[in-house]
Amino acid sequence: MADIKYTDDHEYLSIEGDVATVGITKHAQEQLGDVVFVELPEVGKAVAKGDEAAVVESVKAAAEVYAPVSGEVVEANGDLEGNPGLVNEDPEGGAWFMKIKISDKSELDGMMDADGYAKFVAEQG
Amino acid sequence: MRYLPLTDDDRRSMLADIGVQNIDDLFADIPEDMRLKELIDLPRHASELEVERQLGEMAARNTPASSAPFFVGCGAYKHHVPASVDHLIQRSEFLTAYTPYQPEISQGTLQYLFEFQTQVALLTGMEVANASMYDGSTACGEAVLMAQRLTRRSKAVLSGSLHPQYRDVVSMLSDLSETSLETLAADPEGTEDIIASIDDETACVVVQSPDVFGRVRDLSAVAAAAHEKGALVIAVVTEVISLGALKPPGEMGADIVVAEGQSIGVGLSFGGPYVGLLATRQKYLRQMPGRVCGETVDANGKRGFVLTLSTREQHIRREKATSNICTNSGLCSLAFTIHLSLLGEAGLMKLASINHANAVMLADALAGIKGVDVLTPSFFNEFTIRVPGRGVDVIEALVDKGVLGGVPVARLVPGEKNLQDFIIVAATEVNTAEDRKAYVKALTEVLS
Amino acid sequence: MSMNKAGRPTSAQGGQSSDHPTFTGNKALQIEEPLIFEVGDVGKTGVDFPDPEPHEMRLGGLERQKIGLPGLTEPEVMRHYVRISQKNFAIDAGVYPLGSCTMKHNGRLNEKMARLPGFGDVHPLQPESTVQGALELIDTLAAWLLEMTGMAGVAMSPKAGAHGEFCGMAAIKSAQIAKGDARTVVLVPESAHGTNPATAALLGYKVRDIPAREDGTVSPEAVKEALDTDVAGIMLTNPNTCGLFERDIVAIADAVHEAGAYFYCDGANFNAIVGKAKPGDLGVDCMHINLHKTFSTPHGGGGPGSGPVVFSEAIAPYAPVPYVVRNGDAFSLVESVEAADGAHPFGRQTAFHGQMGMFVRALSYMMSHGSDGMRQASEDAVLNANYIRAGLRDVMSQPFGDQVCMHEVLFDDSFLKDSGVTTLDFAKAMIDEGFHPMTMYFPLVVHGAMLIEPTESESKAALDQFIATLRDLVQGTKDGDLVRFTGAPHHAPMARLDETRAARDPVLRWSPEAHAEAAE
Repeated sequence: MADIKYTDDHEYLSIEGDVATVGITKHAQEQLGDVVFVELPEVGKAVAKGDEAAVVESVKAAAEVYAPVSGEVVEANGDLEGNPGLVNEDPEGGAWFMKIKISDKSELDGMMDADGYAKFVAEQG
Repeated sequence: MRYLPLTDDDRRSMLADIGVQNIDDLFADIPEDMRLKELIDLPRHASELEVERQLGEMAARNTPASSAPFFVGCGAYKHHVPASVDHLIQRSEFLTAYTPYQPEISQGTLQYLFEFQTQVALLTGMEVANASMYDGSTACGEAVLMAQRLTRRSKAVLSGSLHPQYRDVVSMLSDLSETSLETLAADPEGTEDIIASIDDETACVVVQSPDVFGRVRDLSAVAAAAHEKGALVIAVVTEVISLGALKPPGEMGADIVVAEGQSIGVGLSFGGPYVGLLATRQKYLRQMPGRVCGETVDANGKRGFVLTLSTREQHIRREKATSNICTNSGLCSLAFTIHLSLLGEAGLMKLASINHANAVMLADALAGIKGVDVLTPSFFNEFTIRVPGRGVDVIEALVDKGVLGGVPVARLVPGEKNLQDFIIVAATEVNTAEDRKAYVKALTEVLS
Repeated sequence: MSMNKAGRPTSAQGGQSSDHPTFTGNKALQIEEPLIFEVGDVGKTGVDFPDPEPHEMRLGGLERQKIGLPGLTEPEVMRHYVRISQKNFAIDAGVYPLGSCTMKHNGRLNEKMARLPGFGDVHPLQPESTVQGALELIDTLAAWLLEMTGMAGVAMSPKAGAHGEFCGMAAIKSAQIAKGDARTVVLVPESAHGTNPATAALLGYKVRDIPAREDGTVSPEAVKEALDTDVAGIMLTNPNTCGLFERDIVAIADAVHEAGAYFYCDGANFNAIVGKAKPGDLGVDCMHINLHKTFSTPHGGGGPGSGPVVFSEAIAPYAPVPYVVRNGDAFSLVESVEAADGAHPFGRQTAFHGQMGMFVRALSYMMSHGSDGMRQASEDAVLNANYIRAGLRDVMSQPFGDQVCMHEVLFDDSFLKDSGVTTLDFAKAMIDEGFHPMTMYFPLVVHGAMLIEPTESESKAALDQFIATLRDLVQGTKDGDLVRFTGAPHHAPMARLDETRAARDPVLRWSPEAHAEAAE
C-alpha cells in the first residue's frame, strides 16, 4: 500500500519504495477548471525540491507544478499530452504527472497526510 | 463641446446625487499642491473647420506618393487599394469595437481574424499564423525571441541583407536581454556565406527574401544547414505582394515566417500603423507570441470563434508570458484580409506579375543611362543601382525634378562608407510608362 | 364609393413574435455567414488589372505555382463583411464600459484627417524635404504631450502601450548601465496589468511583487520595504487598476529616487487626470501614453494602438531613435544611434517612425478639445464613474469600501454570494440588456472583479439606463431567476462558446480537408 503525502502547493505524492508518483490534487484541478494542456519534464531530468517540473494550463490559468522532492524524473505520463482532460477526470489516479526517484527521503518529513490536507484546504476557504 | 454629452445642469445634479459639493472633491486624492489651478498652456478647443484648416496646412507641406512618379520602397510600398476596403474598415462595428473578449458579441472581429490567419498561412506556405503583430520589424524581433525559447539557445545570426532597421530592432533586443548576435556585413552583391556562421549555439538564422537590396533568395540550402545544427530559420518578407509570384518560405524550409503586410490593404501613412504577419509550424504553436483566434462551437453546437491559447499571454502568464504584446494590429489586419479576399489567388498573382514587369522594364531603362549599374540580377519589384556620386545627393536632385526616385542605402546604414553610391529602387502597379520615362529623363539630367 | 378590399392588413393583430425556427437559421437582420474560403473561388477576383506588358522573368527560377486563396467579387465582399460586422458590439452601438480600456467616442474628423493624402499617402523613407508637414505634425504632438505631462523628453515610435513600457524600462536600464549601476529587480504591485511584469521579464529583470494596503492603494512603507540596491525601478499604474489615485505617489517617488531607482508610471489611465495634474510634478521618470485610450484613436477590434513615452531629464537622453529635431522652421529626423548628437539612445524599437496614422488622429482630438476641453473630459469621465458608483453602491459591493474613485469604479462579487450567479453570468446577462460587459476578473487581486469605466462620452440618460439595468439584474439574482444569468446571453448572435474545446484541440485556420470532414 502506497503512502500518500500532500504539499501546500496542492500536489500529492504516492510513495512506493524510493519512487514518488506526483500529480495535482482533486482540489487543485477544481480550482484550475478544465485543463487544456500539460507540459511534462523529460525523463532523466534531475530536479531539486521546489524546481518547476511541469506546467498545467486551463483556459484561464497556467500553473507551475513544482518538484515536491529532489531526485530524478524516471517516468512522465504521456497520456496527458493527448488527453489533458484526464487531469479533471482522474487527478489522483490515471492523471499522475511524473515519477521521481527520491534522492533524500527526509524531504518528505512534515508533508501532510490526507486528513491534514483536507483540513488545510478547508482553512484556505 | 461637441464630444461631451453632459450639460452643466447634468453635472450639478450628478454631483448632488454623488453627495459632493464640486468636481474637485472627486480629485481630492491628488495631493493639493500638485493639483493644477490653471488650464495647461495649450490652445483652447476648436471647431471641426478650424482643426481641418490647421492640419490641412501641415498635410499640404508633404508630397504624397500619388502626386509624383514614385519609386520608394524598402519595407513600405505604394500600391493601389480598392475603394471598398476603406469603406468597410470604417464601419462602426469594426472601427469602434475592442479586442473580442466577449465572443458572443464579437463574432465579426473573430471571424475575420480566423480568415486572416488562414490567408497568412496559405500565403507564406506555413501551417499556422497569429492574429497579427505591430509590424514586420517588431514581428522579426519577436520571432528571434521565439526561436530562442524553442531551441533554448541564445545566438541569432542575421543576414547582411536583412532590412537594416529590422536588424536594429533585433540587435536592440539582443543588447538589452544580453543574448548573442552575429550580424553579417551588408551584402548588396549577394555573396555572403551565412551557412558558415551557423554552429551548435545558433538558435536561428534570419534571412530576408526578396532581401533589402531586392534580390530573390532561395532559402533551401540555408534551411538544410540550419536544421542540421538544430537551428531554426526565420524568413523575412517586407514586400508581401512578392508571395504572389515567388515560392513561399514555407516550401523552402522556413520554421517561422515574418512579414510586413502593409502592401495589402494598408496605406503608406508615413510608416505606420502597419500589420505584422507571423506564421509558423503547428508544433511551435505554444511558443508563438500574440493573440490567436480558434474555431469552436457554442452551447447550441453552432460554429463560432474565440481568442484561444491565452495562457501564453501576459494577462495570464505575467512575467512568464511569451511576449509583453497586448494590442495587435486589428483594423490593419481587417484591411489586409478584405483586400486579399478581393484579390484572391488569381488577382494576387496578376498583381505580382504586373509589379515584376514594371520593375524589369524600369531596371532595363535605368541600365541604359550612362554611369548607372543595376546590381540585382534576380528580383521581384525592387532592385539596387549604383550611381556615380552620393545616392543621397542624387535622390535630392531628383526631388527637384519632381521624381521620388528611391532610397539611398546610406540613409539606412549611415556608417557604411562603401555603400554611399547605392540607391534602392522599387516599381509597383501604380507606375506608368510615363513615370518610367520621367525617371530616366530626370536621372539622365541629374547625372550629366 | 369604390373600395379596394384586397389590401394588406394594417393592424398588428396576430403578429406576436415567437422563437419560430427559420429554414436558413437566419434571424432577420442576423444572417449566418460562412467563411470566405467557403464562398470564394480561387479563379475569381474582385480587382481588375490590365495584362502586364511583355517582359523578361527575373525571379531566379523561384516562380510560385499556386496559393489556394479564394477570391470574391466586390458585391460578394461587401455582403460578407457587412454581415459579419453585424455580429459585433461597438462603442457607436452602445455603452461599452470596459474598465481600463477607455472606450470613448472616436471622432470622425480624426479619420478624415488621417486620410489626407499629405499624411496617409506619404512614405516613411521619402526625402525629408518632401515630408516637412509630417515631421511638423509629430513635433507638434510631441510638444503637446510634453506640455500636458510636464516632462522633459518624448519617444514617439512605440507602437502600443506594452511597446511603450518596454521603451521606458529599456531607457531606465540603459541609464543605469551608463552610470555603472546595472540593477536586476523591478517592483510591480500585484494589481498591475500583466504587461508590466511581462515587460520587466523581457528586459531580464526579476519581478518583486508589492502588496496593496486595505484601501486598494500602495503604501510608501511597502515600497520602502522592498527597495534595495538591486532595484532598478518601480512600475506603478496611476490612477491604479482599482480606479484609485495613488495618493502617496510623491512619497513613493521620493523613496524610489532615494534608493537610486526610477519611477515608471503606466499611463494607461492618464485619461482621468489630463489637465488636473502633471506626472512630471509627481516625480515620474517615464510614462507611456496610450493614444488609443486617452486620445481616442479607434480601438479597431484590438489595434492598432500607439504608445509614446515621456521622460524626465534623467532618462530623456536614453530615449530610442528615431526622433524629430526642429531647427527654426525646418524639421529633420535622427534615425540612427550614430547620428544622435549628445544623446545616448538605447537603440531602435521599430522600423520607421511610429504610428503616424494614430498621431494625426490624436492631435486632431487634442486640438478639437483644447486645454479646456481635455480638462472637462477628464472631469466628466471621473464624474460619470462616480455617478455609477453612487447609483449602485447600495446593491453591489466595493472591495475597498465606498470611496471616491477616478475614471472607473471597481466592484467585487460578494454581492453575488450564495446567489448561484457568478461575475461571468452577471456580465453575460448584461449582453442581453444591450450593454457590453465591464472588465471582469481584473485586477486579479479582487475576487470576481468588475471594473466599470463609462468614459466622458456617455450622456446622463445613458448612465441612468445603465444603472437602472444593473439594479434590476442585481434584483434578479435575488429573485432566483437563475436562467436569466446562467443561460445568458439568450439574445446574442451566439450562445456561450466552448473555450475548453478551442484550447484543447486548437483549430487556428480553415483547411479544405478538416472542414470537409466536419461537414460530413
